Amino acid sequence: MILEARALAFGYPGRRIAQGLELALRAGEVLCVLGPNGGGKTTLFRTLLGLQPALAGELVLGGKPFAALSRREVAHRLAYVPQDHAPEYAFTVREVALMGRAARVGLFGAPDARDVAAADAALAALGIAPLAERPYTEVSGGERQLALLARALAQEPLALVLDEPTANLDFGNQVRVLRYIRQLADRGLAVVFSTHHPDEAFHGASHALLLARDGTLRYGAPEIVITAENLQAVYGVGVKVARVNGTLVCVPEFQEGAAAEPRFPRS
Amino acid sequence: MTRSPRATTFLAGIALAALAAIALTLGEVPLSPRELLGALASLFEPGETADQATQIVWQIRAPRIAAALLVGAALAAAGTAYQGMFRNALVSPDILGVSAGAAAGAVLAIFFSQDALTIQIAAFIGGLAAVALAYAVASAARRHDPGLALVLSGVVIGSLLGAVVALVKTLADPLNQLPPITFWLLGSLASVAPLDLALALPLVAVGLIPLWLLRWRMNLLALDDDEARSLGVPVTAMRLAVVSAATLMTAACVAISGVIGWVGLLIPHAARLVAGPEFSRLLPLAMLFGAAFLLVVDTVCRTATSIELPPGVVTALVGTPAFLVLLLRARRGWT
Repeated sequence: MILEARALAFGYPGRRIAQGLELALRAGEVLCVLGPNGGGKTTLFRTLLGLQPALAGELVLGGKPFAALSRREVAHRLAYVPQDHAPEYAFTVREVALMGRAARVGLFGAPDARDVAAADAALAALGIAPLAERPYTEVSGGERQLALLARALAQEPLALVLDEPTANLDFGNQVRVLRYIRQLADRGLAVVFSTHHPDEAFHGASHALLLARDGTLRYGAPEIVITAENLQAVYGVGVKVARVNGTLVCVPEFQEGAAAEPRFPRS
Repeated sequence: MTRSPRATTFLAGIALAALAAIALTLGEVPLSPRELLGALASLFEPGETADQATQIVWQIRAPRIAAALLVGAALAAAGTAYQGMFRNALVSPDILGVSAGAAAGAVLAIFFSQDALTIQIAAFIGGLAAVALAYAVASAARRHDPGLALVLSGVVIGSLLGAVVALVKTLADPLNQLPPITFWLLGSLASVAPLDLALALPLVAVGLIPLWLLRWRMNLLALDDDEARSLGVPVTAMRLAVVSAATLMTAACVAISGVIGWVGLLIPHAARLVAGPEFSRLLPLAMLFGAAFLLVVDTVCRTATSIELPPGVVTALVGTPAFLVLLLRARRGWT
């Protein structure tokens, strides 16, 4: 078991978002986290990454309780891929990937040949080795996302946490990133990613977690969690879940019979 | 830029040594290369009676040139560290109030008619205290983004101390106190004595050590706090180390030279245009650029006209065109 949550409650002091979360991810398993804006996905991720304390319950990473691990030890086991961002300075793609070695380089040290090899291997695994010398600020959004993923792989973690990895990507790059996620899981990583597209839960995820704004948690196999009924309850719009070429897809209802007046819940 | 970074830094070092040699020959009494070599060689022949050239070189010009090199390199290093850490290329070493604090300390000491050493110590302590206060206020503001809170409290405390300086200027004796206050606030290397250098050099070195030791890890501070933490970086501790180091260096410089703006803001840019943002390559080049720049500026200040020009004016006059040339010619973009 790589990542486990037992009776986990998360939120901020005085504002509990959800409680009683039970997660168990093995190597090769992929968890897709869904939920409306303001539903607590970011807070859950910050809690999973140890960036803010759990309000109750326990997190276990690679068999060790989170509380017993230093920040460096957490970074050896768990890597975070933030949303695509535009940084202030034009580091090269290789320099970005090398930053993933921070927890394996001494406090006053610099990356050695082995670290460079690990970074280059990560770039190669994601097919962006030719971009190594290019400024990270000048490559496309999809390539930046892959560079951040390469940085996470250079960390040599047991598990990956990706914050909306397909947001801001064109359709082709969305599919490519989801394929890479599946491939990385097949190579033995446990993966947690969030998304706004429920379809993505059916693209290689083994588990889905649906966070509702009222703190209700729905967790299980994607076919059980991502249902028309649950999506309607969480997002407030009518959805049909249909099977196309053997894959489940979510089709929103735009026709009569759907809610006559679209309501925009406050986030 | 096809040259390797190491070669670029090496060439910049050679160019700096050449500039320093030229600066030694320039002044009220111009020296020929032969006289300069003779004066430099006399260092290895103690006991000889020093001729005029030797006295000019070692007693008048060398301390001042050394001060320009030291202050320029230190301000550039502090600015480079801050621009990376605050993820903002518009930040200068003054951002947390170190210069404002030093100015308040110096001006109060002049007001209370203290001697030169006391004025320097008051400036140094004022600079450290202002930043310590800004850091304490920012740490107490837990609900805000730490970097932003730090910059905000630094700016606020800086403007408070600016008011203190303005108040003292209003109250000061216009004949005996105001001229030295104005002179101090404009900044100058004219009166830097060897003893000042001996005091400032170790302080700058102590500030530089953590920056150099952490030179690769400094790159990670340019990431979001959450990102850096998830990579295993103790962000808060590192930020405190960098603020302490940069403040120590800047306060030591301001204490001996007064406030010389511009260097810490634009030299890191110039170096980044050439070397890229990677801190371990950037820091040495920025220090060489800063040293060379302030050396040129101060040489112009003391030789261009019969009176001493304020370096703050010349930094802008010399620096702006030089920076624009770099900006237009460098391959990399602004960031």
